[in-house]
Amino acid sequence: MRRLSSLAAVITGAAALVGMMAAPAGACAGLVTPGGNVRLLRTATLAAYANGLEHYVTSFEFAGGGAEFGSIVPLPAIPSKVERAGDWTLQRLERETQPQPAFARADSAGASEAKGAEVIYETRIDALDITILKGGGDSVGEWAREHGFRLTPDAPAVLDFYAARSKIFMAARFNAQAASERQQAVGDGTPIHLTIPTKSPWVPLRILGLGLEREARIDADVYLLTAKRPSLLPTPGDSLKPGFDGQASTQLLDDLRSDKGMGWIPASMWLTYLHVDQSAGRLTHDLSIDPTGRGRVSGVAAGLRAPARPRPPVSVTTSSLSTTTLAPTTTPTTAAETATSLAVLPARSDSDSSSLAAPLAIAVAAIGLVATTLVVQRRRRDTPTPTS
Amino acid sequence: MRRAGLAVAVAALSLAGCNTKDGPKEVVLTIEHSRFVPDVVHARPGERIRIVVRNTDPIDHELIVGDQGVQDRHEKGTESHHAARDGEVSVAAGSEAVTFYVVPEGAAPLLFGCHLPGHWDYGMRGTIRLIRSSSF
Repeated sequence: MRRLSSLAAVITGAAALVGMMAAPAGACAGLVTPGGNVRLLRTATLAAYANGLEHYVTSFEFAGGGAEFGSIVPLPAIPSKVERAGDWTLQRLERETQPQPAFARADSAGASEAKGAEVIYETRIDALDITILKGGGDSVGEWAREHGFRLTPDAPAVLDFYAARSKIFMAARFNAQAASERQQAVGDGTPIHLTIPTKSPWVPLRILGLGLEREARIDADVYLLTAKRPSLLPTPGDSLKPGFDGQASTQLLDDLRSDKGMGWIPASMWLTYLHVDQSAGRLTHDLSIDPTGRGRVSGVAAGLRAPARPRPPVSVTTSSLSTTTLAPTTTPTTAAETATSLAVLPARSDSDSSSLAAPLAIAVAAIGLVATTLVVQRRRRDTPTPTS
Repeated sequence: MRRAGLAVAVAALSLAGCNTKDGPKEVVLTIEHSRFVPDVVHARPGERIRIVVRNTDPIDHELIVGDQGVQDRHEKGTESHHAARDGEVSVAAGSEAVTFYVVPEGAAPLLFGCHLPGHWDYGMRGTIRLIRSSSF
């Protein structure tokens, strides 16, 4: 009963911050072409935080050949703005933090709804169709399947993993016809900038292993820019190797600030560079960030602890035999969880309170005391191997 | 996100299966997160069982019952779609499907699993343990 037509792979979990530049690096994502070939794909995203706004600048790379691919990125909340980003912010960050060839150094001087998934917003940027979805793992998975995404067998568990924390996802796929009309070349990236009101900065790491075999190595770079030295969970160690940890250079910040939509970058920021080196089977968590550096990181935001589940309504029988149904609440958290979650509230509260209409007016250029910029670059060494 | 309690209950029920009067024993296999629950089923040689497969995932799955040779053929073979056979059934996302299977008398270990690309390797498989005694 093997299906020759089944092509494996692809909800590319271009996790929120999958880095990709024109050069090496980059998060690779499975790509299904009409011919059945699965190609490596690199996507990139930068996320930043200022005044409660999280800025994602994600770049998706066109694979050409009339192929379409899909990526699903878990988000902490509903974006208030989706727009085309500047062209070189990601490249500039990579250049700042990774060794560059000599010649490069020289250059551096210079609405619908399906099965319960609510479509919050749809737009096309260049040839890239962007859909912001709200729903549980099942409904988002069904939406993706109905829209031609190929889901790998680990997708249901991974989608549920993220949906338990935030039910907001971004689906992105190139429109082959639009790409053709734009004469988009293979390897051309389309940078996307999302502005997301949230108090819960976290970096999705687990999704980097989506579709990979357990032994496949996740090789990713994470860059953080914060006003102060951030607190992180998990603590950097063997699988999350600390790299650079210090004040960002004025030149870097000036360069980033001068790109489209990046005027919010403060004058001073702390740069943290982390290298993710872990097998897909063991990368079962995300990265929780407290940009204030006060240690208010959350096991829930890091994916190390399941969020508290809402309790079902409780019926209380009184002496007069009348029945009162209490509103659902959440199970109490442990003292430790409470202590560490103060600054990392569940994304749901943010999501529910924001919509696209009004927040569209939010100034992206707001300069905050806390800003975090991060880029995850993922290099996939192994391709999800469809066996059809 | 879902019905863990129900799945446990279903698992407990289907672990032993249930004999319907004048009908085959029914086994319910629930698929969640690309796993079969339960992943061990007991049956007697020669027994005809009715297998209900409930797919709670948002992706398609299938059930293939047979010995290692059968599993290998489906895992490595190139057979395209074909009509349903006993012990072989596709289960669309979020749906339920039924198949029948006569447990062979032979001694070869029996397995069940899904052979859509990557699913078997992901761990989507289970075992049918033969009950030789008449007490079960």
